[in-house]
Amino acid sequence: MKLTLKIWRQKNNLDKGKFVTYNVDNIPEEASFLEMLDILNESLVVKGEDPVTFDHDCREGICGACGLYINGHPHGKFKNTTTCQLHMRKFKDGDTITIEPWRSEAFPIIKDLMVDRSALDRLIQSGGYISVRTGGVPDANSIPVNKHDADLSMDAASCIGCGACVATCKNGSAMLFVSAKFSQLALLPQGQVEAYERVQKMVKRMDELGFGNCSNTYACMAECPKGISVTNIARMNRQFLAAKIAEPLKK
Amino acid sequence: MGNKGLSSITKKLIMAITGGAMVFFLLFHASMNLVAIIKPEGYNKICEFLGANWYALVATVGLAALMVVHLVYAFILSLQNYRARGKQRYAVVEKQEGVSWASKNMLVIGMIVLVGLVVHLINFWAKMQLPEVLHKLGFEVNKAVLDNATNGVHYIVNTFSCWWYSVIYLVWLFFLWLHLDHGIASVMQSIGWSNHVWQKRIECIGKIFAILIVLMFASVVIYYWLIVPPVA
Repeated sequence: MKLTLKIWRQKNNLDKGKFVTYNVDNIPEEASFLEMLDILNESLVVKGEDPVTFDHDCREGICGACGLYINGHPHGKFKNTTTCQLHMRKFKDGDTITIEPWRSEAFPIIKDLMVDRSALDRLIQSGGYISVRTGGVPDANSIPVNKHDADLSMDAASCIGCGACVATCKNGSAMLFVSAKFSQLALLPQGQVEAYERVQKMVKRMDELGFGNCSNTYACMAECPKGISVTNIARMNRQFLAAKIAEPLKK
Repeated sequence: MGNKGLSSITKKLIMAITGGAMVFFLLFHASMNLVAIIKPEGYNKICEFLGANWYALVATVGLAALMVVHLVYAFILSLQNYRARGKQRYAVVEKQEGVSWASKNMLVIGMIVLVGLVVHLINFWAKMQLPEVLHKLGFEVNKAVLDNATNGVHYIVNTFSCWWYSVIYLVWLFFLWLHLDHGIASVMQSIGWSNHVWQKRIECIGKIFAILIVLMFASVVIYYWLIVPPVA
């Protein structure tokens, strides 16, 4: 395949950055999007140029490291697909592909297509965990959890924290991420003890980190590579308001 | 950096409650308007009932307060959201699947609705409740205006017998529909009254309500524009 790539190049956070156009040839259809970039980088290294920096890790769609804004969509336009699971057969020979980094105030650019997503880690640090020992794997049904709740919790837990929701939201809001991380625990007995405290701490930190306010466009759900539902956001709204009334955190 | 003031969810709750309360008002206003089609004298009776009486005034002030709060927070939220988006914008923007245009442009649509509201208040409220209130407060009011203050049908006929006024009102109602089309279901989401079973249903109900409210308003415009012969 022959492709024209328009890639955002930016030396560091202080650099202004610009698009650079690259023409690549002989890209196999079975290559993943990241492998296509590897091929480009190899050719750049041979020419003595600076290779394009981009995030990647497991390359099997479960780690949340990869994240590129491809032709106006995070992870490309295909549903429930991470960039590493996006294959070149989905593109046509001769296509022009525009590749941008996540753009959001909370995700400063480190270099080229790599952004600093540690704001999401700081959100988890603010309360996205259980602070008591819950032991090893319990015997089956020793803590009864109904199937319905277990399923919803697992759905929320499939969030890989890639940040596509923040990247695509016109408000740069992290509500889908935070609500998924809150819901996976709030739906289970082990997580319910600290639920009220957790939701208030996480929302407070989310606001401090410079994420925007959700305006219910649901673009996050449309672009999420794991199909996380906005009903998690409704659950978080509900429990946040209940927490504010029942057990407000002391300032 | 940081999203200052009340927490983001509280701000959204304020938008939801003020917006939701105004939806209830619209429902009341639209139902009241239908009386103008069924029985014009009855409509004037309602206008009399909603004149310079204490309950009508409390409701009017309450509505104005809802509107102001909704507006102020709309600007605060939009400004914060614009900042959170960052300085660099995407070069390529494509529509996300299932995301309505209205949901992403609520501020602009809201502003258009507001302009229409000002025109509407000048056309009706300023000639009906306002002169009555001014009169009670001891200000001098034109007697002809005061005599007509409860004659709502007179002003309806006057306004909608003019074709371009009717068109302006219909365009205004179109934007109101866009605002409600996203707004009503959004109220439920922000308050948290939604789950994976009800989310789609609530969206559907919201859309039906938006259409219903706007059709109720539009039917009066169309009836007095095209069906009732113009009266001088």
